[in-house]
Amino acid sequence: MKDYGIFDVIGPIMIGPSSSHTAGAARLGYLARKIAGEEIKKVVFYLHGSFAKTYAGHGTDRALVAGVLGLMPDDERIRDAFLLAQEKGLLFSFQELDLGDVHPNTVLMVLETLSGEKWEVAGSSIGGGKVRIIRINELEVDFAGEYTTLITYHQDRPGVIADVTAVLARHNINVAFMRVFRVKKAENAVLIAETDEDISDSILAEIAKNSKVAQAKVLRPFTAIIMKERIL
Amino acid sequence: MQIRNGADLLAICREKAMPLHQVMLAYESKKSGKTTAEIFALMRTQLQVMYSSTQQGLSENSNLQGQIIGGEAKKLKQRSQKTKPVCGYTMARAVSFALSVTEVNASMGRIVAAPTAGASGVLPGVLFSLAETHQLAEDQLVEGLFTAGAVGLVIAKNASLSGAAGGCQAEIGSASAMAAAAAVELVKGSPEQALHAAAIALKNLLGLVCDPVAGLVESPCSKRNAVGTANALVAAEMALAGIESVIPFDEVVAAMYQVGRTLPLTLRETAEGGLAITPTGIKLKKKILGENDDQSACSACGECSQA
Repeated sequence: MKDYGIFDVIGPIMIGPSSSHTAGAARLGYLARKIAGEEIKKVVFYLHGSFAKTYAGHGTDRALVAGVLGLMPDDERIRDAFLLAQEKGLLFSFQELDLGDVHPNTVLMVLETLSGEKWEVAGSSIGGGKVRIIRINELEVDFAGEYTTLITYHQDRPGVIADVTAVLARHNINVAFMRVFRVKKAENAVLIAETDEDISDSILAEIAKNSKVAQAKVLRPFTAIIMKERIL
Repeated sequence: MQIRNGADLLAICREKAMPLHQVMLAYESKKSGKTTAEIFALMRTQLQVMYSSTQQGLSENSNLQGQIIGGEAKKLKQRSQKTKPVCGYTMARAVSFALSVTEVNASMGRIVAAPTAGASGVLPGVLFSLAETHQLAEDQLVEGLFTAGAVGLVIAKNASLSGAAGGCQAEIGSASAMAAAAAVELVKGSPEQALHAAAIALKNLLGLVCDPVAGLVESPCSKRNAVGTANALVAAEMALAGIESVIPFDEVVAAMYQVGRTLPLTLRETAEGGLAITPTGIKLKKKILGENDDQSACSACGECSQA
């Protein structure tokens, strides 16, 4: 028997018509932008399976673009995302592509940031607006973005993970889930830690001080962001 | 605090002398570690979004258009302003709210999935019509969402809230049961009466299939939201009068699950049966998805693989 909460039954607040094809798509675009870490100037969406076949009917295309522009899944401007992209100078296009043995609602986003960095992020919309990120660049990963999520890009060397978790421990931040991914031994690796408490920018800077850590980023969960924006 | 089914809910209500909505609030607080005030505030935000979605389709200059539906809520409102509604003023109001929400959803507006986007009109329809006829304050309506959530939680645990898994009975049926229970508690009915109302509402929609034209959340979904709303009010009225469901709530939920599993796949959100494959349904699909689209709406949608 699954452990449901009341907000699994009433909610989410979302832009229609479909939680998987619209709300989930917006969320995937948003997470991709956060993973890239800065404004995006160009994106190609490679749509797989059901996303490829029905994206126009359910507004999946507009939702993805909106997400990459930084809009939340409940932002009414999703409807006008193409216009907004034009205003902001974001170039986007859609292509169908078989991504192999993945969930039918999967998209691969190839992004170019304002400073010219290239990112590849793939994710699946798994129903009810929930998503999983399954790939960042060449690394296969797996996380949902429902918790505060720390992502470090680092060299696969002994002690890096211990250093990162030591910083979290010092600030009394509890790790709920953590996984590390790498392509090959001693090469590029990614650590993804989902935590119960927020990770502030100063804590993030502390983590990034480690010379083996190339980049450290934090994705904040949607409810926290929405609440914060409402309070501000 | 353990909530496995309706019997658990009623036992806690009796033991603590609390209505369903208070039990649900306490349960959620314990489960999430958030304070009851935080949770209540989150729920209030959802109620406010619901309210706005009931109004958008009714304003004079609104022009909500999905790919099939649009403008129905306004028609209903205009008629009830000119003529005495055959189903009574409360019902006409409730239904116009529900239709408004479905139009907002179809036109990429902001709604609250309750429990799903496809059934998002029912709860707002019931809550905001009762708010008018019974002068209910916003706090009370938020409480109503907790009552509804308690019923939805039990259905989610023991059956399903997804059309792909259980047909429309799992979406509109569940929404209607949730709204019926909320209506009972909003006018101070007992937890027992609330679950009788939920049982009656769900029974009345048992077996309802999910057969969306062109695979879109528009037809027949929109009008089934209207009927789910009316059904909830009728069920609540009966329960408040002391009429009991012959089959208890938990057994109705079990029956709904069993019926859902027996429904053929063609009638579970695949758009391969029922109204979706009527001559008009097929014509609409071709018009929307393109004449040369040989892909069935089913294989195109992929919802079922998520269930």
